[in-house]
Amino acid sequence: MTDVAASPPAAGAPSQGQGLHTSDAARKRLKARYASEARFKFFGIAAVLTAAFFLVLLLSTIVGQAIPAFNQHYVTIPVDLSQESLDPNNEGEAVLRRVDYDAVVRNGLRSLFPYVESRGDRRTLGGLVSSGSAVRIRQEVLDDPDATIGQTSFAVPLDDVADLYFKGQVSEERFVETTGEASPTGTEGTIQILSTANDFRDLLADVKDFLGEQADEVERELASRERSLERAEIDIVSYRDRMPEEGSDRREFFEDQVQILERGINGLNANIRDLTAELADLRARSTAAGADEVLTTELPSILVEINGGVVKASSINATAVEGEVIVPLTTTAAASGGDWSIREVVLPERNRKLDDRSLIYLDQLAADERVERQFNMIFFSSGASREAELAGIWGAVVGSFFTMVVTLSLAFPLGVAAAIYLEEFAPKNRLTQLIEVNINNLAAVPSIVFGLLGLAVFLNTFGLPRSAPLVGGMVLALMTLPTIIIASRAALRAVPPSIREGALGVGASKLQTVLHHVLPLAMPGILTGTIIGMAQALGETAPLLMIGMVAFIVDIPATPVDPSTVLPVQIFMWADFPEVLFRQKTSAAILVLLAFLVTMNALAVILRKRFERRW
Amino acid sequence: MFWLLFLALLLVFAASLYIGAQRSRQVAGPNTHVLHSRPSYHGGYLAIMATVPALGLLIIWSIAQGPIIDGMVVGQFSDEFEALSLPAREAFLRDARAIAFGGIVSFTDELKEAAAQIYQNLYRISTIAMTVLMALFVVVGFRRGYSSIEPKRRTRHFVERAVMIVLIACSVVAIFTTVGIVLSLIFESIRFFTMIPIHNFLFGLHWSPQSAFAGAGEVVDANPEVFGAIPLIAGTLFITFIAMLVAGPVGLFAAIYLSDYASNTVRAVAKPVLEVLAGVPTVVYGFFAALTVAPFIRNSGEGLGLDVSSESALAAGLVMGIMIIPFVSSLSDDVISAVPQSLRDGSLALGSTKSETIRRVVLPAALPGIVSAMILAISRAIGETMIVVMAAGLAANLTINPLEAVTTVTVQIVTLLVGDQEFDSAKTLAAFALGLLLFCVTLTLNFIALRVVQKYREQYD
Repeated sequence: MTDVAASPPAAGAPSQGQGLHTSDAARKRLKARYASEARFKFFGIAAVLTAAFFLVLLLSTIVGQAIPAFNQHYVTIPVDLSQESLDPNNEGEAVLRRVDYDAVVRNGLRSLFPYVESRGDRRTLGGLVSSGSAVRIRQEVLDDPDATIGQTSFAVPLDDVADLYFKGQVSEERFVETTGEASPTGTEGTIQILSTANDFRDLLADVKDFLGEQADEVERELASRERSLERAEIDIVSYRDRMPEEGSDRREFFEDQVQILERGINGLNANIRDLTAELADLRARSTAAGADEVLTTELPSILVEINGGVVKASSINATAVEGEVIVPLTTTAAASGGDWSIREVVLPERNRKLDDRSLIYLDQLAADERVERQFNMIFFSSGASREAELAGIWGAVVGSFFTMVVTLSLAFPLGVAAAIYLEEFAPKNRLTQLIEVNINNLAAVPSIVFGLLGLAVFLNTFGLPRSAPLVGGMVLALMTLPTIIIASRAALRAVPPSIREGALGVGASKLQTVLHHVLPLAMPGILTGTIIGMAQALGETAPLLMIGMVAFIVDIPATPVDPSTVLPVQIFMWADFPEVLFRQKTSAAILVLLAFLVTMNALAVILRKRFERRW
Repeated sequence: MFWLLFLALLLVFAASLYIGAQRSRQVAGPNTHVLHSRPSYHGGYLAIMATVPALGLLIIWSIAQGPIIDGMVVGQFSDEFEALSLPAREAFLRDARAIAFGGIVSFTDELKEAAAQIYQNLYRISTIAMTVLMALFVVVGFRRGYSSIEPKRRTRHFVERAVMIVLIACSVVAIFTTVGIVLSLIFESIRFFTMIPIHNFLFGLHWSPQSAFAGAGEVVDANPEVFGAIPLIAGTLFITFIAMLVAGPVGLFAAIYLSDYASNTVRAVAKPVLEVLAGVPTVVYGFFAALTVAPFIRNSGEGLGLDVSSESALAAGLVMGIMIIPFVSSLSDDVISAVPQSLRDGSLALGSTKSETIRRVVLPAALPGIVSAMILAISRAIGETMIVVMAAGLAANLTINPLEAVTTVTVQIVTLLVGDQEFDSAKTLAAFALGLLLFCVTLTLNFIALRVVQKYREQYD
């Protein structure tokens, strides 16, 4: 290991300037040792950086997703909440309860879009605002009839997809500069718009490119299908080869397998035929330069805004589009370049939740300055909901609060009392040893096992209510008990014996010594441990799933025995929903949870820093 | 009612504290020093005498009255009950109780109304009887305590003994918890093993309890062939293995770097980073795994032409590994820091480099502790639930391809017990058998970790 000893300097060093290292081999060894030193250190740094990288990745993912959820878009619609229409005879609440508020919302929306006439379009229109809008208006009317009746407009939350549209998360969009003069052939129905310049050429090229990409995708799929086909054929051959050698029951199994494979091959063949045809079609369309292209829902949407109206293109060539008028045009007069615009919504209509029609309606609402971005109060004030835009965490926060109150009021006294006994009074005997081993073991039992205990003992044996914060709190109390006991014992142990001796010396009994002198001095440490234990309990999910706190509960719980859920379980449930807004709200709920945890831990640190004494 | 009476007792308690103290001052006259115990202990003595017997009565009565009254109602309706099956009887009683005391009633009929009437009467009688008896206890206890207050009475000893009993009772809760866990797991597992032979459970290769029954809701003998736990155990170990591949080296190297290389400023930044990583709730890791890591792995795998499940074992294992990094690093850090500086100094003085010192001197000295830390980390990974519930699959595949979905013991416990369940079916009982398995495995691992440290640790100073 040491080159110093191996190379005595007196043995006639070959030349100056080589220091202690006499031979090339020694220098090489040294170099290798330094290299390995550097490598080792690098691994250490890499490990720390890896951990830091994961933390940053985790937090940035969640923060990035959560931020949009803290805002929400409202649309102000005209409503008829006059006394005559709601409650003509002034009969009060009983009548106000029965008013059809859905119709109020519906009529308000329709009055903004007089040209929307067909049933389907009206349904699309109604889908733009949250389905809870009517309930909100009703609630407001009932809560404060004097202020609400007579209002002519009301801000209602937008539907989740519409909300996302205003947050720019539905699709990428592109606006194309127009140069030519465009002349529409009509104001309603299906019309053509002809431009004097090649205004649509770039869009057409885009569409062709898109078709090309689709063709590539189909080709890849085709290739994979062909691979599966080959594999299946090989399998069949191998089964057939092995069949004669096997016993009768195995042979039956093989025959079954072969049959399954053959069926699969038939399906694959049909599939391959379809894909081949599709591929040929797509290729032809994408390469036929300049030809007209029919815009299906699988292609980007092209919307032309001209003369105060909007046309959705259904087919396109370099100088003209044909399409359906969605917002009627005012005139058929020609519009000069720059006065009309073309807009491309890149994501194909079939792949998004918001169709072109809704998108155009929403644009109109925005153009009328009816859409407003607000801080998302619903998220912080309401309970769970199936509608993403109406879902909030308040119910879960209240549930968590009750659970924590129960946990704290059980675990803290129990834990401190146990710690006092074990640290100050317990004789060294089998019972106390058993208790100590038990506590250390309980600290390492997986949390889900505590959930099983809660289910079997609290729910099934004692018959306590399911989904109640009371039971959740009890389970979590048992789980945090070891943490609190261990921390409290450490805090009690840190109080120097001189304190105890002093108290005993002036005539206090042992219990008085502990309760009057030792415990107050150990309190900061005990509280620190308790807060850390509570923070663990606040983030715990698994045991609460076992006792039914995963139920869907809309109402805000009022007592610890009401069914409710807690913040981490709410996160777990929302994480399962497919809607984008739910995913964002999940992230936002995580941020709220983390904020609570950070606050608690900061409190623990402050307590430790300010009150903990070193003796 | 329980809480009302409890509150009343609390009031009596507070009042007796005061009255007892006053009484002791009164009997002592002007010379309070003649009292053996200070007045507050006399107060405590009186309070205990007055309320504890009544409190005991309250608790025992409240627990006992439910079953007893149920029995009396059943006795009243024994003829009608002949015809009913056990679940129907329970439903009947439940509905009757709900009619009597408010609650969700499935449907009512005359018989239930009658039963509800009896329930109400019996409960009223019971409550009145209990209240009267409690009042009696309080009065008798109070009078005995009050009249026995005298200067020489050693009430401090009495009160301190009572407090000590409370303290001991609190520390025994830990034992009761363990006993509760073990008993509930064993009890339900035994019921499970009467339906499914234990060897089928432990050595079976096929797990699909959802297909255990022929008809929905009908009590049919469960098919023992579908309760083989081997795929679950294999899946659990596989995910744990992946997690340890991440957490082992990263955690250990982070611990080494932080204890032997890092400057104070680096440590001041890196330690909180690891602590925050440790404080993140597991459900957040699960969300991260399911929404970010799993799709990333699938997309990059598909980019390479691989067939990747969206619930791949790799994603769950990787994220679980991230979760365990701080666990490994903090435990290893403690152990490495505990190696005395003199050992390092000696090695450095012989001319070895820092890394040589760590590899050849510090790590061997810390090895038992590090091994124990790794075992504890494995135990933690095996018991971890939320990450795998959210990111690992449900299908019990027996595979060693990290890109396929596997399932774990904890995932199956959750899927079996969340949602509607009848408590008697083999399906729900299977969860308890799995829980027992999990409990035994983690307990054994913890025990081994403890033994490794005890047996092989060298005491250096």
